[in-house]
Amino acid sequence: MSRVLPAEGDLRRVIGDGESVPDGEVDGLGADDLLSLYRNLVLLRTYDERSVIYHRQGRIGTYAIFWNHEAMQAGSVFALEDRDWIFPAYRESAIGLLRGMPVATVLSWWRGHPSGWWNPEEWGVASICVPIATQIPHAVGFAWGSALKGEDRVALALFGDGATSEGSFHEGATFAGVMKAPVVLFCNNNQWAISTPLSEQTAAATLADKAIGYGMPSLRVDGGDVLAVYEATREAVERARAGGGPTFIEAVTYRAAPHATADDPSIYVDAERVEEERENECVGRYERYLLRKGVLTDALALEIRGEALETLRAGIAQAEAEPPANVSLVFDHAYAEPPPSQAHDLAELRRILGG
Amino acid sequence: MAERLLVEAVNDALHVEMERDSSVLVLGEDVGKLGGVFRATVGLQERFGADRCVDTPLAEAGILGTAVGLCMAGWRPVVEMQYDAFSYPALDQLINHVGRYRWRTRGMMSFPLTIRMPYGGGVRAPELHDDSPETYYVHTPGVKVAIPSTPADAKGLLAAAIRDEDPVVVLEPKLHYRSAKEDVPDGEHVVPLGRSRIAREGTDVTIVAYGAMVHVALAAAESLGHEASCEVLDLRSLKPLDEDGLLASVAKTGRVVVVQEAPRVCGFAAEVAAVLAERAIFDLRGPVVRVTGYDVPYPYWQLEDAYMPSESRVVDAVRRVLAA
Repeated sequence: MSRVLPAEGDLRRVIGDGESVPDGEVDGLGADDLLSLYRNLVLLRTYDERSVIYHRQGRIGTYAIFWNHEAMQAGSVFALEDRDWIFPAYRESAIGLLRGMPVATVLSWWRGHPSGWWNPEEWGVASICVPIATQIPHAVGFAWGSALKGEDRVALALFGDGATSEGSFHEGATFAGVMKAPVVLFCNNNQWAISTPLSEQTAAATLADKAIGYGMPSLRVDGGDVLAVYEATREAVERARAGGGPTFIEAVTYRAAPHATADDPSIYVDAERVEEERENECVGRYERYLLRKGVLTDALALEIRGEALETLRAGIAQAEAEPPANVSLVFDHAYAEPPPSQAHDLAELRRILGG
Repeated sequence: MAERLLVEAVNDALHVEMERDSSVLVLGEDVGKLGGVFRATVGLQERFGADRCVDTPLAEAGILGTAVGLCMAGWRPVVEMQYDAFSYPALDQLINHVGRYRWRTRGMMSFPLTIRMPYGGGVRAPELHDDSPETYYVHTPGVKVAIPSTPADAKGLLAAAIRDEDPVVVLEPKLHYRSAKEDVPDGEHVVPLGRSRIAREGTDVTIVAYGAMVHVALAAAESLGHEASCEVLDLRSLKPLDEDGLLASVAKTGRVVVVQEAPRVCGFAAEVAAVLAERAIFDLRGPVVRVTGYDVPYPYWQLEDAYMPSESRVVDAVRRVLAA
């Protein structure tokens, strides 16, 4: 058995800065792959920026912003096969788009319309998990249960830095280690849990070091570097498939946007630092890398952004065209076989609503 | 038909259901090699292997949380919570996920998991080995709750729970795990959820009870002898609740005492009383009286007999109801 060691101190990076830090490359990624990753990043970015606007226009409800988290989402998912499952938190609400889920579905979720609640089996994407860290044991159970059935399926659980303080993280990681579950625990360390900075979240030197206690290897990666995220996740997925069990990935970034549309970070963050981070945001970094490599041109970038915007326009139109939900959906699906009282409740509600 | 203790009937149900359905998997603390601290799962690991009878880390939210994931991978997990109060750390998963996930997928995925646990007092145990937590579970949308009082029902209700497409919590009265052997049907035996049982017929008053309190109710009915003809209604399943069975008995007797071991406020007896107030007020010939645990922490065991609803407290309640 391999020894579990503290994570590397330095963050893994592939993308250079165009000046003193040279660009690297990831083995096995061709130009088409690099462009696919770019399309995914742009789609997520466009989804996020449009959603904030839709919220301000009153077209969706409160929305959890993931601006500058796109590289962690697109990079990690790119390392999966379609049969693998993703267990998102609310910060990854649109991660299903990377599996072909319609934009209208995710927008409908934020509109509180039933058409936004999908079948996880259809997309290999579990439901959006709102309570912090509680999806981690699900991912572990899914991965372990799949292995017990002899199925080659890996689970990717995504969560934030605050989640590592939760009991569910501890219990899920404990099970993952003991059961040698083929799962990747992917932590988006954006250094903020709403207004709580990482320094008040933990006394650990790094979040990745927590993995030692669960007997699993960990690594740290620059969360704004989509290629480094991809490479790190690929390594973890390969280990999982080979029977080597779980891996903890700490992807370090900085939350350069409000926690959600209802948040006012000006009360607690350093505006200058946010400005710095915004200038170094993950989509632009990758775009400049691709331009330097000659894989992308300005014209193609413009075209891809235009396509994404069109996809969002069509998506919100489709979401807004959903007919009002039938009141029976208040009751439907809570049980496979509902208690008899539910039929009575629905009949009474219909009578009062005059339906 | 064989004579079995209640805990043996539970064990029998697990054997039969695991034999019948290869997707049934048992997991929990000490359930494998040891066979559970009450020996409810004894023999399962030898028979079905360590992959289907799994000793887990000591982490209840992890047990229930991974069970949700096991459902997603196509298993029908049967989770053991070692004791009633030990299940509280798992309430996070129960409320946030177990009861909601089917709804969250608009019915497109099922979460057919069973959570079984020994519950209740009277066993001279240390603190937090004697709680009656059924209200937390009944109050959770999307979750069903069954509580057997006899060995045959312990087998049949557990089988029904395992086969149900919805998550079901089965609370087993630990006081009666080994109190008496009774006839239990061999092989497959299913007691459908949502059907109460008349444990004793009577005409003057209905004593409504479930789990361990059925035995207290029966003892009280017996001791009242010729003074009153008591019907004892064993609810067997709290959700779905057999309202028709309850109303039929009350239509006959017109008088009701409800017995529960849990603390009084917002306990299940209050739900029974509310159903009767809404649906049977004109059948009632007196107030519905509750006999319950008190609204205090479950006491030191040297005082537990004073806390637990007793035969004499039920007799007293029946006399008050008859006098009203």
